[in-house]
Amino acid sequence: MPASSFMNAVSVGPCCAPNPEIVVSIAPTVACPARQFKAAIAAAGKTLRMGITETINTAMRRIPAWPLYILGVLPAIWLVWLGATGGLGAEPIKALEQGLGKKALQLLVLVLAITPLRRFAGLNLLKFRRAIGLLVFIYVTLHLLVWLVLDVQAPGRIWADILKRPYITVGMTAFLLLIPLAITSNNRSLRKLGPVRWRKLHKLVFPAAISGGVHYLMLVKGWQIKPVIYLAVILLLVATRFIKRRRSVANG
Amino acid sequence: MAYRWKNDLKECDVTPEAAYISRRQLMAGAVAGMGLAGLGQRAQAEALEPNSWEDITSYNNYYEFGTGKDDPAYYAHTLKTMPWTVKIDGLVDKPGDYAFEDIMARMTVEERLYRFRCVEAWSMVVPWNGFELSDLLQLAGVQPGAKYIAMETANRPDEMPGVKYRTLDWPYVEGLRMDEAMHPLTIMATGIYGKDIPNQNGAPLRLVVPWKYGFKSIKSVVRITAVDSEPPTSWNKANAREYGFYSNVNPEVSHPRWSQATERKIGGGLFAARMPTLKFNGYGDEVAGMYAGMDLRKNF
Repeated sequence: MPASSFMNAVSVGPCCAPNPEIVVSIAPTVACPARQFKAAIAAAGKTLRMGITETINTAMRRIPAWPLYILGVLPAIWLVWLGATGGLGAEPIKALEQGLGKKALQLLVLVLAITPLRRFAGLNLLKFRRAIGLLVFIYVTLHLLVWLVLDVQAPGRIWADILKRPYITVGMTAFLLLIPLAITSNNRSLRKLGPVRWRKLHKLVFPAAISGGVHYLMLVKGWQIKPVIYLAVILLLVATRFIKRRRSVANG
Repeated sequence: MAYRWKNDLKECDVTPEAAYISRRQLMAGAVAGMGLAGLGQRAQAEALEPNSWEDITSYNNYYEFGTGKDDPAYYAHTLKTMPWTVKIDGLVDKPGDYAFEDIMARMTVEERLYRFRCVEAWSMVVPWNGFELSDLLQLAGVQPGAKYIAMETANRPDEMPGVKYRTLDWPYVEGLRMDEAMHPLTIMATGIYGKDIPNQNGAPLRLVVPWKYGFKSIKSVVRITAVDSEPPTSWNKANAREYGFYSNVNPEVSHPRWSQATERKIGGGLFAARMPTLKFNGYGDEVAGMYAGMDLRKNF
């Protein structure tokens, strides 16, 4: 962010706290009551934050969503290219499978973060959610295809694995939950279903994301830190949906 | 005693045909119809080629350096393998700290081309250099009361970034029944392809038990103890339902989370086919006798 917009953001703040640094330096000498001091800091912080988010939101309004589809599939193409040319090491099948799976999880985390970012930070990235969501589906599908075609290979074993191996059952569940979301991700479906039913249906992303995180945790050997972090972040983001909205005083 | 076991995995053109059929196989062949048994063995030998140095030294499970397959190759250079001593203790006549150089001076190093089957259903073929564990144990003089051998990997937080995490209960420990430890197939490997064994593969010396899943073949051994009862083993402690003490390669007994019926040999690229896993990793003729009468489903 350019420095000028930062300054602008600060200067439009309340006059009693033009700059948080000044507040900190003068507070002890003039012996402001602690409450006032805290309020001033909070106000300054809020102004700063609003300045930043406002700038980002304005910038985002100018960026179209469609290039995300192209940018989003580039890593997949890159991974397949690496795998085909020996760039993924001695075991490219597993590396490709895991690489695609991890990308899907990362995109899922991003999708889940959009609503809380808007609610708690005022950051509006809503227009990108459909593209990121569809990218999740693309990556999960590719991950599944690599597993089916390159990894397991025998069709007879695929069913056996889905039924017998809990981590595969869980992963498969996540994929199945994502199918209706991908199908109804267009404007026509949104109109046909109506926003209430559409929103209700798309809550399936929560169990899908949790299944994805559990799937990762279940398939590793021993206690590994990465899958624990992924699942914790997913659970945290889902949990924010259960935080009750405070009714603001002005509207109350 | 070195050279007790003859390899059956060499390429046909370099090894005389007769050398493929070991003494035990000949004995089995005499009963089952020698021609057929020998032929099957040869067909297998032809299909197996050692993995490249690059494959063997870049795709490793050595959780002391991280859980990623490329972590050991990336981080293991920090492990100081000189000087190195192996403490041999427990029920032995000559307990003590054995310097690595002293051990090497008294052992005969030979090449062993072995299949290596990981519990994760991938495999390699590795041309190890090493000596038989039984020779080292004889050096220390195992007492009659000893029934098992316990081993321990170095545990050095300063040199091993992975031990910061409680992925496993460090130090890594493994164990073998005495007859398994004394078996001529069981070696302590000190090299690969005639070169010193790289750190990521368990320098300066590691166990290799080719008929068991790879995690039994404990790396960078600092302690060998002769004991009278089954010693604890790391993966069994971490998850007893999934990893048994014996952990013999067995396509008929699934890991609870995946099938062990097939494996994929490392190095085959993006379209490598799976191949059937062999019972005892193909060493059944040599080792199945040790487990006669045992329920291998129970003692997995």
